[in-house]
Amino acid sequence: MIEVENLNKSYRKGNIKALNGISFQVNDGEIFGVIGPDGAGKSSLFRILASLILPDSGMAIMNGLDVVKDYRKVRQIIGYMPGRFSLYQDLSVEENLAFFATLFHTTIEENYYLIKDIYQQIEPFKNRRAGALSGGMKQKLALSCALIHKPEILILDEPTTGVDPVSRKEFWDMLGRLREQGITILVSTAYMDEASRCDRIALIRDGGFIASNTPQGIIDDYAEVLWSVEGTQMSALLTALRDHAGIKTSFAFGDKHHVTVEKGIHPNELKQYLADKGFGDVRIAPVEPSVEDCFMALTN
Amino acid sequence: MSVKVIEVSDLTKKFGNFTAVDHIAFDVMEGEIFGFLGANGAGKTTAMQMLCGISMPTAGKGTVAGYDIIKENEQIKRNIGYMSQKFSLYEDLRVWENIRLFGGIYGLSDKAIAEKTNTLLKQLNFEQERNTMVKYLPLGWKQKLAFSVAIFHEPRIVFLDEPTGGVDPAMRRQFWEMIYDAADRGITVFVTTHYMDEAEYCNRVSIMVDGRIDALDTPAELRRRFNAETMDEVFQQLARKAKRGE
Repeated sequence: MIEVENLNKSYRKGNIKALNGISFQVNDGEIFGVIGPDGAGKSSLFRILASLILPDSGMAIMNGLDVVKDYRKVRQIIGYMPGRFSLYQDLSVEENLAFFATLFHTTIEENYYLIKDIYQQIEPFKNRRAGALSGGMKQKLALSCALIHKPEILILDEPTTGVDPVSRKEFWDMLGRLREQGITILVSTAYMDEASRCDRIALIRDGGFIASNTPQGIIDDYAEVLWSVEGTQMSALLTALRDHAGIKTSFAFGDKHHVTVEKGIHPNELKQYLADKGFGDVRIAPVEPSVEDCFMALTN
Repeated sequence: MSVKVIEVSDLTKKFGNFTAVDHIAFDVMEGEIFGFLGANGAGKTTAMQMLCGISMPTAGKGTVAGYDIIKENEQIKRNIGYMSQKFSLYEDLRVWENIRLFGGIYGLSDKAIAEKTNTLLKQLNFEQERNTMVKYLPLGWKQKLAFSVAIFHEPRIVFLDEPTGGVDPAMRRQFWEMIYDAADRGITVFVTTHYMDEAEYCNRVSIMVDGRIDALDTPAELRRRFNAETMDEVFQQLARKAKRGE
């Protein structure tokens, strides 16, 4: 279990506030996602929890151990995968893994079952220098290294940044299987669509959580009236939508636009307005918000 | 949209026995937003390097912005803009210093740079940040500035390599609105992304698998052909067929 209470962190003599009183809990065997853009404070939070930097104030307890007072013991029970590739570029794949195993007084063989699923995919290249691996393979090696000492808690800082959609899906499947082994997973991402793979999520911005709930709970709390609007000249359509007084926000959303509207407006009214402006073939329909819609509504 | 700004055929790059890019052929029209998709390791970066004149093809031919990619690669570099997620601006230079540096590299005069800098900062609502060190800008701001700098010299085509990775949702959309403005002005946009919703914002999209272009069409047509609801599904169907590792 991770218990975080009122964590604060600033840099440059207090001029830059990285964390503004963050509190939350992660239950045993849960995947908890911290979701927000670069610069929101995700890495600062994770580095405090990994006992790599000190908070200015507040408390963080990892399975009963304080990240400040018990930092040595904390490091024994957590696995940490930093945002930047941090393995030894000049060691081979296998040497990196053996090195991390040795640090924690274990061997690759002893905990092989835990990493097998992931490590087998890069094992054919075990003699290759880590620096010569592609992005996706580096990520798998880094995860193997973070797991080799059988941690109770896994802290993954943006493991899927820059990774293509297929590999991202595979990575989340791997996390699902690790959770089944009872590992508690704290993971951050800037991809809003990964929210649905977590048991619970927190949306983070400017050093604070703006919402925390199950993904469905976040969606259920969405307070706006949301419609999708679809037509042929999508770029011009967006401008026309923004000129309508009853529309609060309008954003491109894949092949449609998502608009939040003032209560009491009927879709036909908007349709007529658009038809008058020369958009005759527009389809308007109410739409279930995604976590990305929620994030935009909360930060608007 | 009848002028071809990129025109390549049989473009191939081998590293030893490994064929990174395998006889690709496509055209990109003036003012078009062209999405260049593919899994990690599919060959996108290598292909892009050849188009930008910084890597020599093993075989094939083509022109970019009217210049031959083999014989006139130096002219190509002067007539394109480039930005990526990993490298966009110099972190330890101020906003105005970055603009001045890139303006100079792209051959603009001091006078032109000074004038255009004022206009640009006004457009972006960045006047307050003129003297800010780039490393202190939020990522979304930085990427908007980097894009503006990449098209500061009004190139015929701009290459964007994952320009919105990690950028917050609202900023990501503002960034795409800047792309639309540039395309409306006639600048051709060649863009890679891992956000499949952004694939929808392109006029046409190509998907690379194992060094080849396996599909190239409008997003709507690709969805129809692959019987898919979203571009993500199209991508998953194609990229899962990849045989080679990364």
